[in-house]
Amino acid sequence: MTLRQAQDAGAADSIVVDGVTKHFTLRYHRSIKDITVAKMKGRAISNTFKALDDVTFTIKQGESVGLMGLNGSGKSTLLKLISGVMRPDTGSVKTRGQIAGLIATGAGFHPQLSGRENIFLNAAIYGLSEEETAEIYDDVVKFAELGDHLNSPVGNYSSGQYSRLGFSVAVHIDSDIFLADEVLAVGDKPFKKKCMEKMEEIRDSGRTVVYVSHAAGSVKRMCDRVICLESGRLVFDGDVDEGIEYLHYGEDDGKSSAAQKRLDAADSALGAEV
Amino acid sequence: MATGVDERPVRIVDAPLAPPAENLGLLSVFKRRYLLKLLVQREISGRYSNSILGVFWSYINPLTQFCVYWLFMGKIMGADKGMEYYPIHLFAGLVIVHFFTETFGAGTRSLLGNKGLLKKMAMPKEMFPVASMLVSLYHLVPATLILIVVCVLSGWTPTWEAVPSLLLALGIVMALGTALALVFSLANVFFRDFGSAVNIVTNYIRFGVPMMYPFSMIVDFLGDKSWIYLLNPISDAVLLFQQAFWIGVTKDPEATAAKHLPDNLWMWGLGAFGASLVLLVIAQVIFSKYENKIPERLT
Repeated sequence: MTLRQAQDAGAADSIVVDGVTKHFTLRYHRSIKDITVAKMKGRAISNTFKALDDVTFTIKQGESVGLMGLNGSGKSTLLKLISGVMRPDTGSVKTRGQIAGLIATGAGFHPQLSGRENIFLNAAIYGLSEEETAEIYDDVVKFAELGDHLNSPVGNYSSGQYSRLGFSVAVHIDSDIFLADEVLAVGDKPFKKKCMEKMEEIRDSGRTVVYVSHAAGSVKRMCDRVICLESGRLVFDGDVDEGIEYLHYGEDDGKSSAAQKRLDAADSALGAEV
Repeated sequence: MATGVDERPVRIVDAPLAPPAENLGLLSVFKRRYLLKLLVQREISGRYSNSILGVFWSYINPLTQFCVYWLFMGKIMGADKGMEYYPIHLFAGLVIVHFFTETFGAGTRSLLGNKGLLKKMAMPKEMFPVASMLVSLYHLVPATLILIVVCVLSGWTPTWEAVPSLLLALGIVMALGTALALVFSLANVFFRDFGSAVNIVTNYIRFGVPMMYPFSMIVDFLGDKSWIYLLNPISDAVLLFQQAFWIGVTKDPEATAAKHLPDNLWMWGLGAFGASLVLLVIAQVIFSKYENKIPERLT
């Protein structure tokens, strides 16, 4: 495609994932008693599973990539590796510039702290100074629309309020790479609309966006490339429509015309209902 | 539909392609002092949250311990025999021991207690044990002030040794406490048993240092093998605290020091500080080796 060619020639690499494998250890038994019993009965004490299996891809600066796949296919693990929360067992992940975003619907907040205190803490973790945080503070508060709840502990927030605040902090960080993991899964319709517009604004300012979603409609609207994971392996990397086709998301309801209608409906609802 | 890639501006990022969230361990903690400050403030307000007495618990704990030890060890069991100002001897030891046990205990729990942040955000994980140590240091201040007031009321004549002894003792406990907090907080993520083991160590420490009894008792018991007792850095720190506060209160400081303090206490103190720094480096190496497994094991 010409879009891709233009980009390959121009922009620098933003995210380079090279041969990344990540194992998780599943433990059935933890105490000495449990382990002894399991050994005697000949059961496994633990087993590992591959959350990511030799995943390799490169994302250029300014690209907007949709990361798709079924639940448990490794999308969130991949985002955790890109954000630096986790490190790969083998292979390497390299990124350029400041990273911000949401992983698995919520931000890292401290339940005992108020919304206000969490904004400052969260921004500090992203590397902002007190002055820099003060500068974006009003915008963050305005965008999150939490009103008086801002002074009560985050632990009392509803899941919608929680993700509003997390999203609001993340989008107001001047990041070079923005990660969005199922941000629209919670939150009401007006807020979803606002989130979608904000993410488009981020994309249009030339920042790299990695967007995880099950909603074909919103991926179509947001992204110009789709990467699909299946049981931790990269199974598709390329055009958005083909990627959605690959996952059969569009065909869930049988006839293709009906599927197209559903896609459009999902688009107008900003997609998170899929 | 999506705007084409070639129609959008591309931001030029003036940064090298590098692993995300690079971590230089304790060095990163030092570099990101503002974040550390926020975490310390959070710990201070969070440690006694939802309790009516709040921060007073950090006074009540050592004060009640003081009363118990003074009554049972000092008065009933007679550990204070022939000692001037036994309560000051006891309290001086208690202040520095409490600093250590609080650092050790809270530090060990620090990673588990912050899993909400650790599972979602990339940051130097050493922040949390270090923050625990600093919070304990903050709690040490009022107790030390009480100690100073009591000493002054008892007719304290501070010697030149008071301030350097105090600083060296603090240095030992800060380095050793942070080293243990790093290793045990890590181990506690993998096996919760370590959290319980800390209580045992804490109990041993209270009896294994010269605060309820004078060091001369150990000399009577161990004779020329009493150097074994001094291998414990916390014992050295406690003795330095006795040198800083208790000695100056007694009638004949020189005689008291000769009787109740070991020879070459300065050498022991400096040695303990050096050993604690070495342990801190080892702790950092162990922590760096296993820290990338922390987020997936926090459940």
